[in-house]
Amino acid sequence: MEMNFEEKLSELETIVEKLEKGQLSLDESLELFEHGITLSRECNAILKSASQKVEKLIEEDNNIRSEDFALSDENIKGANS
Amino acid sequence: MIFEEKGIYTVHEFTLAVKGILTSGQFNDIWIRGEISNFKNHTSGHRYFTLKDKNSSLQCVMFKWHGQNLRFEPEHGMKVLILGDLDVYEQRGQYQLKVRAIRPDGVGELYKAYEQLKNKLALEGLFSPEHKKALPRFPKKIGVATSETGAVLHDILTVMKRRYPVSVLFIPTMVQGEYAADSIVHSIELLNRMEVDLIILGRGGGSLEDLWSFNEEIVAHAIFNSKIPIISAVGHQTDYTIADFVADVRAPTPSAAAEIAVPDRQELFNQVKKLRELLIERQKRDISDRSLHAAELKNCVDPGLLQERLSNYMQYIDDINERKSRNIERIIEGRTSQFRECAGKLDTVSPLGTFSRGYSITLKLPDKTTVRSINDIEKNDLIQILVNDGRINCDVNDKEECKWK
Repeated sequence: MEMNFEEKLSELETIVEKLEKGQLSLDESLELFEHGITLSRECNAILKSASQKVEKLIEEDNNIRSEDFALSDENIKGANS
Repeated sequence: MIFEEKGIYTVHEFTLAVKGILTSGQFNDIWIRGEISNFKNHTSGHRYFTLKDKNSSLQCVMFKWHGQNLRFEPEHGMKVLILGDLDVYEQRGQYQLKVRAIRPDGVGELYKAYEQLKNKLALEGLFSPEHKKALPRFPKKIGVATSETGAVLHDILTVMKRRYPVSVLFIPTMVQGEYAADSIVHSIELLNRMEVDLIILGRGGGSLEDLWSFNEEIVAHAIFNSKIPIISAVGHQTDYTIADFVADVRAPTPSAAAEIAVPDRQELFNQVKKLRELLIERQKRDISDRSLHAAELKNCVDPGLLQERLSNYMQYIDDINERKSRNIERIIEGRTSQFRECAGKLDTVSPLGTFSRGYSITLKLPDKTTVRSINDIEKNDLIQILVNDGRINCDVNDKEECKWK
């Protein structure tokens, strides 16, 4: 399963820690480094791609559905009244 | 009609007739304002009291099954609004209100009810820190329960869009009025069935009455029972509702709730960048450490150094060899002189030495036993005398005993 941002970030932190401690073979350290760079790219990609999607839950006759929702001026007007 | 046919009622018939008129529906679902007196909480679980004002009084009963949802315990002198249906108590021929709900009337009463419920729920452990659920660090989808009209939703969405845009599932919820508590409970339960990992329950500021639904016991329990963590953002910073105490986190305003709910994307970018820099720096250092180590190892296997060590060893071997032969000579010398010394000592105690000084030894033949005493031999025995350079065989002619000493 694809890791989420939190898991990727925490793995990246772990890799940096491992490299800091040393005691790795050259192969291991190169592999970790490569993996770490990949993770940092993926983290950035996830952050960049984040976008707000708002759905509104609607109940009709015991059916529940959701539809896209955007704030309208009316909502704001209602707020100030 | 009955009386036209029969003319005369029994008491019970009359009471039933009156009851029929009074409970025909005209006095159902009515709200009445008044002050509680003679309040009695019967052991049966039913509550009896009189609702009165300056001029009139009204008998009231609240049966156990309606009293279960009371959010405060009515007290003598409390100003309340009651909801109920008119009824007739047949045994006494007395009309009374069957009460279904009691609401505090006025801020003082509301505050009293609020304090009562707060203490009750605190005792039940609904505010205990050990029941607080941890918020997800990176929520994927956030459920927002609030009014569709109002600044709350706008504020929450705006702040989240700026900080970290995530998916939001908004559920229009009544946050004021008679049905608000039910609506809030319903929204929380519904969001618990959706795939959200965090819920924000929000409402703008207002008076204690406006915020009242957030002080309802059913709302408190719905928040407590939610499997999904809830951030409450009700009213302004200074307004504390029961919902705020039960919620896993209380935000002073809806905007603050959004800030608590999602991390700051820029900070995360910076964090990832910092980790990446650390990673590269560590790797550079690792490589340079290894190169250095390799260079050190190379120095150790330098051929010149090897030859030097080899000649060193050769010299050492020569040295040992020389010391070895020297030692053997010394040992032989020592042993030779030791031998001479011993031989000399042996010489002095040898019978051969005694002979050279003129002494002799006499042996009795044929068994060559040493003659030590005159009694060892008899006349005519054969004896042999050993001297320095030979043996003399003799016959014994005679013997004579003498005392030499």
